[in-house]
Amino acid sequence: MTDQELETVAGNGLINRRHLLGLGLAGMGVAVANSALAADAGMRLEIPAWSKSPGPGASGYGGRSSYAGQFQRMAGNPNPIYPGGGASRSPLQHLQGTITPNGLHFERHHAGIPDIDPSRHKLVINGLVRQPLVFSYEDLLKYPMVSKIYFLECSGNSGALWGANGADAPDGTAQSIHGLVSCAEWTGIPLSTLLDEAGVDPQAQWISAVGADAASMGRSVPMDRAMDDVMVALYQNGEPVRPGQGYPMRLLVPGCEGNISVKWLTQIKLTRAASQFRDETSKYTDTQPDRLSRQFTLPMGTKSLITSPSGQMSLHRQGLYQINGIAWSGRGSIRRVEVSADGGQTWADALLDDQHAHKALARFRIPWQWTGGSAILQSRATDSQGNVQPTRTGLINEVGILGRYHFHGIQSWSVNSAGKVRNVFA
Amino acid sequence: MSSRNKLIGVIVAIALSHTSFFPLAQAQNVGLGTPISESQLADFDLIAGPDGNGLPVGSGTALQGKEVFEAQCAVCHALNGEGTSGNTVLVGGDMHSEGTPLRTVGSYWPYASTVFDFIRRAMPATAPKSLSDVEVYQVTAYVLYLNGIIDQYKVLNSETLAEIDMPNKDGFIDHSQAQ
Repeated sequence: MTDQELETVAGNGLINRRHLLGLGLAGMGVAVANSALAADAGMRLEIPAWSKSPGPGASGYGGRSSYAGQFQRMAGNPNPIYPGGGASRSPLQHLQGTITPNGLHFERHHAGIPDIDPSRHKLVINGLVRQPLVFSYEDLLKYPMVSKIYFLECSGNSGALWGANGADAPDGTAQSIHGLVSCAEWTGIPLSTLLDEAGVDPQAQWISAVGADAASMGRSVPMDRAMDDVMVALYQNGEPVRPGQGYPMRLLVPGCEGNISVKWLTQIKLTRAASQFRDETSKYTDTQPDRLSRQFTLPMGTKSLITSPSGQMSLHRQGLYQINGIAWSGRGSIRRVEVSADGGQTWADALLDDQHAHKALARFRIPWQWTGGSAILQSRATDSQGNVQPTRTGLINEVGILGRYHFHGIQSWSVNSAGKVRNVFA
Repeated sequence: MSSRNKLIGVIVAIALSHTSFFPLAQAQNVGLGTPISESQLADFDLIAGPDGNGLPVGSGTALQGKEVFEAQCAVCHALNGEGTSGNTVLVGGDMHSEGTPLRTVGSYWPYASTVFDFIRRAMPATAPKSLSDVEVYQVTAYVLYLNGIIDQYKVLNSETLAEIDMPNKDGFIDHSQAQ
């Protein structure tokens, strides 16, 4: 392979995505220097030691190879005055594809993880219904279920990029800045099935969902959304929803800010108006420059992020790299992701594995030739509704920086001549 | 027909159909929920809405709440609600101040019912739901009093609490139907 065979499609070394499809760049997971393709006369392959003696047998529960890295979620320091509060972030730069392993799915708790005995857990539906009902876990396991892949994102994700109060761009990683997004296959019961059994009073305009944690965390969901694609999720990636994700059951409101997908779900109350819980008034609301605050900003914005190369990584040699990352939209599927290597002056289309992943993560990839100069890598997503991810500056010009949530502007990673990758405001 | 047979009926219907099972599931309830009355949920349902719906029997004043607040709340929120860290400040702030406004119960929260609802369900953080309903009324009154919203003699109950106008009551835009 020579440089002449690669079709450059945008400034600073972006290569046509079609090269990912053919043989041209097969196996290009890491940098490939042209000289590495020359025959090495000194190379002689031998049978490795692990092929010469049997390994351990099957086990009850599998783990990651000890060679595959010790990466974990990144949890904040515990706050003694708010026990159990806080978040842990997914190691996005270590993951591939679109499904987050259950032990690495981000968490956000408001009063810790309750230790719920499912045989004593109840799900109540009351308020403006024909007949209030109470369901046991055993009852719910008998209902027809659906399985769907959806992302979840905390509305506080990427919040450091607002740069509030003149803060500089933090020298963070994809995980530390953006790790409050994950994606899983959720299996559960359409909420509409259960609401129909209780009989929805036409006066009901909202539901209030309440969890069984120590904060009894509550959120209001508009009735039209509640009757659409919301589910009571009992399984996550095939196994019972984990305690940190709401065992034995959670609400799952596809595409919407994570806080509304109430974990440890124990009550659904139908009401005329929103209940105005603490977490939909004092928190998760965004103050505008005119000092009015937007409330119930539910679908998460059209967003993408390059996970490799990304913050605090180093490029160790010049040559070809596979830029890749994730994109998502709370309003539909990702139709297009463009990538720039020159800070947004020129753009090239990345390859998307699946353009039909509805309210789920999509993985994008594009080849890039790094020749040792400085670069600013960016990605820009467009969703199936035509929404285009704004630049950071464009987003701030539109909504100001007094809001603390719902950041979905373009991420910029700078690469310097030493190959060091850093988060920048560009 | 037993519930079990009803479920089997649904599943058979799905197996025989080549269409989505949603319409079938809705047409024939599985029906495993147990009927319950609102009075049976009186201790379970903690939701107190802005219209006063769900506020319990009882009442309290700030004068009565001072002692409870100082014993149960001041360790984090400080004696006068000035807080011990960013998220524990209960008083002060002005939404129209220069720079980033300090957002507190007094400057930001649009409904007094939210103060009652949150204290009852989630406070104190180390022992949620340990206060009686009367104590929650008292502490709610004290927090509103510290913010200058009511005087120390104002009696809060299920009727009077819903009538309180919070300073930032018109400060929010409902974005729930935005496309």
